[in-house]
Formats: sequence, C-alpha cells, structure tokens
Amino acid sequence: MITFLELLVNGISVGAVYALIALGFVVIFKATEVVNFAHASLLLAGGFVVAKLHPSIGFWAALAAGIGGAALVGALIEFLIIRRANVAGHSVLAIVTIGVDILLVTELTRQIGTDVLALGDPWGDRVLHLGPISIAETRVVALAVAALLITAFLLAFKYTGWGVAMRATAEDAETAALMGIRLGRVSLGAWAVAGALAAVAALFLCVFPTPGLDRGTTFAAMKAFPAAILGGLDSTTGALVGGLIVGVTEAMMSGYQNELAFLGRGIGDVAPFLVMTVILLIRPAGLFGTRELSRV
Amino acid sequence: MNATDGLAVRDLTVHYGPVRALGGVSLDVPPGAVVAVLGGNGAGKSTLLRAISGTLRFQRGGISAGEISFEGERLSGAAPAAVVARGVVQVPEGRRIFSRMTVEENLRAGALGARRGARPRMIPHGAAEARERVLALFPVLAERARQRAGLLSGGEQQMLAIGRALMARPRLLLLDEPTLGLAPLMAARIADTIKEINAQGTSVLLVEQNAALALSLASHAYVLEVGEVALHGPAAGLAESDEVRRRYLGIGAAEVAAGTPGERPALSRWSA
Ligand SMILES: Nc1ncnc2c1ncn2[C@@H]1O[C@H](COP(=O)(O)OP(=O)(O)OP(=O)(O)O)[C@@H](O)[C@H]1O
Ligand SMILES: [Mg+2]
Repeated sequence: MITFLELLVNGISVGAVYALIALGFVVIFKATEVVNFAHASLLLAGGFVVAKLHPSIGFWAALAAGIGGAALVGALIEFLIIRRANVAGHSVLAIVTIGVDILLVTELTRQIGTDVLALGDPWGDRVLHLGPISIAETRVVALAVAALLITAFLLAFKYTGWGVAMRATAEDAETAALMGIRLGRVSLGAWAVAGALAAVAALFLCVFPTPGLDRGTTFAAMKAFPAAILGGLDSTTGALVGGLIVGVTEAMMSGYQNELAFLGRGIGDVAPFLVMTVILLIRPAGLFGTRELSRV
Repeated sequence: MNATDGLAVRDLTVHYGPVRALGGVSLDVPPGAVVAVLGGNGAGKSTLLRAISGTLRFQRGGISAGEISFEGERLSGAAPAAVVARGVVQVPEGRRIFSRMTVEENLRAGALGARRGARPRMIPHGAAEARERVLALFPVLAERARQRAGLLSGGEQQMLAIGRALMARPRLLLLDEPTLGLAPLMAARIADTIKEINAQGTSVLLVEQNAALALSLASHAYVLEVGEVALHGPAAGLAESDEVRRRYLGIGAAEVAAGTPGERPALSRWSA
C-alpha cells in the first residue's frame, strides 16, 4: 500500500511535468495547426542553457535564462520557418519541424557529449517523510510548480485578451484576422510560451532522482507526445489529463515491473505508447480532442 | 467626390490562381452613406469584401490590378489588422461567429483589433462605450452573454456577428449577405438595425442577394455580374430599372412591360 501511494505521488508529479510539455505542444497546434515534432529539442535547449550557466551565474538566474532561451528558440523557429512557409500545408510544416528537431538535437548532443550535466538545483537528493511515505523533495516541488504554471496558463487562456485571441484563431483563423487579431503575433506567442514551459519541464526531468541532463533527456521528453495525442491534440484539458495518465501509468508499470515481468523488462518506458494506442483505437480524436490525427 | 473621402475602389482586378473573380471594378462609398452591391451567386461580391479587408490570401487569392483607399489612405496591400485599425470592419458571409466561445468572448474578440489611442475623428471612450452601444442595439446579447455562441439561433448569431464587428468601432461596416437564411421578420429586424447603425454615423457597404431589402436601405447601388459592374446608380433609380426588376426583384418581364413608367414597383421580397 505504501509503495502504491509513493508510486502514485511520483507518477502524478512526473505526469504534471509531462502535462507542461504537452500543454505547449497543444498550444502550438491550436494556434498554427502544426504538429511540432521539434518540441523535445526546445526542452533540451532550455535544459542545456541552465546546465551551462548555473556554475557562473547561479541557479535561479540560469533558470531564468534557460526559460528565456527556450522561448527565444521557439519564437525563432516560428519567425524564421513556420511564418515564411505559410503557403505550405500543415503536414509539410510538421515534417519541417522534424528537420529542425534533428538539427537542434544533433548539435546539442554533440555539445553534451557523454557528460551528464547537473542543473545546480537547490533541492538535491533530500527526501520528505510524510508519515510512512517517503518522497523526493524535487517531486513535490515539481508538482507544485507545474500545478501553479498550469493554473496560471488556464486562467490566462480563459480570461486575458491573449487567451481570447488564441482561442478565436484556433477556431477560425480567417475570421480572427477579420477582427484585427494579428495571427503572426498569436503564433509567435504560442511558440514562445511552449518553449518556456518546455524549459521548466526540462529542469524537473533532470533533477533527482534523474542524474542530470544527458543525451537521453529527449527520450524522456518524447513521452509527452503520447500524453498530448491521447488527450486530444487540440485540447488543453486533454494535455493535462494525458500527462497525468502517462505519468501514473509509467510510474506504476516501473514500480511493479517485477510483478509484471511476464510483459518484459522496461515496460515502464513503452507504457505511455501502449496506453496511447489503446485510447486512440477507442477514440480516434483522443479523450477530449475534436480532430483526428489522420486529418493533421 | 473628393478622393480622400470614404472608400474608393479603383479598377480592381482579383484572381484566385488562374480564376479571375473581379475585373476592373470601381466603386465608392461616400462618408455616411449606405451603398449596396447586388449580384447573383459567384458574381464576386464576397471577393470584393475580401479584397477590401485584406483576407484574399486565406483563399489563395490576390489583387492583380487596381487600388483601394479609405479616407485617402491606401488599403490594398495592408494586413487585415491594419484595415480594422483604420476603421473598416467586415461581417463575413455566413456569420462565422466563434461558436465554441461565449457570446461575451465573441464581443471581446471583436474589440481586439480596435484602434488604440484617441484620434480626434474616432468615437470616444473605447471598448466600454462600444460594448454599451452594441448591447443597446441587441439586448438579447446581454441576456445570453455567458452562453456558448454556437447555441444561438440563426438570427441571434447574425446579431452577434454584427455586434462583434461594431466592437471594433468601425467608421465603415462591410456586411456580406446579413439576411441570408433568415426568416422575413428577422431579416426586417436586421434591416432596421443597419439603418440605426448608419444613423449613428457609420457608413455601410451592404452586399445582398435580397435586392429589394438592399435597395430600400441604400442610397447608391452597384450590380455585379461575373466580376464586373454591370449597372450602378442611385438606389431608387435602379429599383425601377427593368433589368434589375426582372433579374433581382423577381418581377416578370410581362409585369415590367405592363407597369406604367414612374410608378414605384411593389418590393415583394421586402414586404415582410
Ligand atoms: N477560394 C476560391 N478559389 C477559387 N475560386 C474562387 C474562390 N472563392 C471564390 N471563387 C470564385 O470567384 C468567383 C466569385 O466568388 P464570390 O464568392 O466572390 O461570389 P459571391 O458573389 O460572393 O457569391 P455568393 O452570392 O454565392 O456568395 C466565383 O466564380 C467563385 O467560383
Ligand atoms: Mg458571397
């Protein structure tokens, strides 16, 4: 029972981090209808900036720089590529993002090499004991920060002019333009916000119990894709629920992998994709989505 | 008329790829006027409005010749947001309200492109005033403020589409078939509203297939046929022309011949 509770809390915490990534992914899709396969490279870029800068300027300044850096990379991808290519179809742009991803990830992994870079976070490997449950402090912070950011995001999405412009554009871009909404700005904002969220997620994917940022970090980030897709590519609610489902499934499958040995070793890593496949078979548009992936 | 007044369209030619949708169209909307554009399906009415609003590129179209200006400033080539910022706002064909958003949010969306800062000619006091004006015109929008716009009736959706455009405080309102698909009573209400909006100082370019209704509102009218201006002149004169009566007012050739010249025709489709 104790194991179960610990796994559940860990799963929710990791799931909330996946939700941050998936949220950015969904925001880009809503604003531009582009499936952004370069998302993991945004995350890696943010994490890399934090890892490189924290020894000289301290953790918090490095984190701010990482968030700003990833937002800038996102904005640059939008400005230099997505915007120029607006005559091309959305599926062509999705393929272009694969190219961008390969470019960025190759360069960053070359820089990282075989190192495992620490991000210099203040939480270290401290463990909190809540009654019989032991849980890493980093997981508690991750959950709190993710919950805060997600809440702030959803409030902004619902109530600010930026949110109204985003949703109007997502529903009908031509009419949004007729209202004087600047589609270029909406799209640029979406990419920058997605980059910033990805950088925060990078931090929490690389802190304890993970040893740090290495070339494998993108694989961890990839798990946010099934989260976004199973939730529904155009649904912010879907991104949150999808993130949690993936996080909890992964934690449970890994935690009980001895009992699940008949399914094979490393089941925790493939679990997100299994869950996604099962859900898409039942609901092709995802749990909360309105658009099927085949139409992308 | 002075070239710096109102809206001036000069020799406008528009293509969608190889398809020519407009050829050499010239048209004026003087300040404060209601001007109607009539024409059948595919005549190029919506294309004209898209060219003015700068949204042709969404349909893979473009202006290949000619010029559009408003109050002396060039509109052709401007981005849609710049056109709205200058005070030219369109209510598109088929209403195109944001159906997944609430009525209130639709109105907010309409205000996003409004001119910022006070230029002397604009209507003062900004968004709050615009909102009051819209809710006074369409009280039903206040009642339904928190409802999803997609749940409104067709007539209410048209009111929302017009209200949303008014949130940008236009000096010129472009209306694309605002009575399309509405029952006669509702069409008459929309017509009254257009009169009211115009009386409050906004010029109107009204695209309609319901010629009787349009001619009763407009001072001037243009008839488009396959992308060219076939006829234009004062609305009253056009309403009496044989050509318009036969083709757009649904009055048969025999009746036209029988009617005594100078007698005003019964505007059958507008009598609702
Ligand atoms: N996106 C497009 N691509 C190619 N051709 C188009 C496109 N939109 C319109 N056209 C063509 O341009 C011409 C004018 O169309 P437009 O929509 O402006 O007509 P309309 O007068 O508004 O018609 P309706 O009364 O049916 O709305 C038509 O021949 C139409 O087929
Ligand atoms: Mg039309």
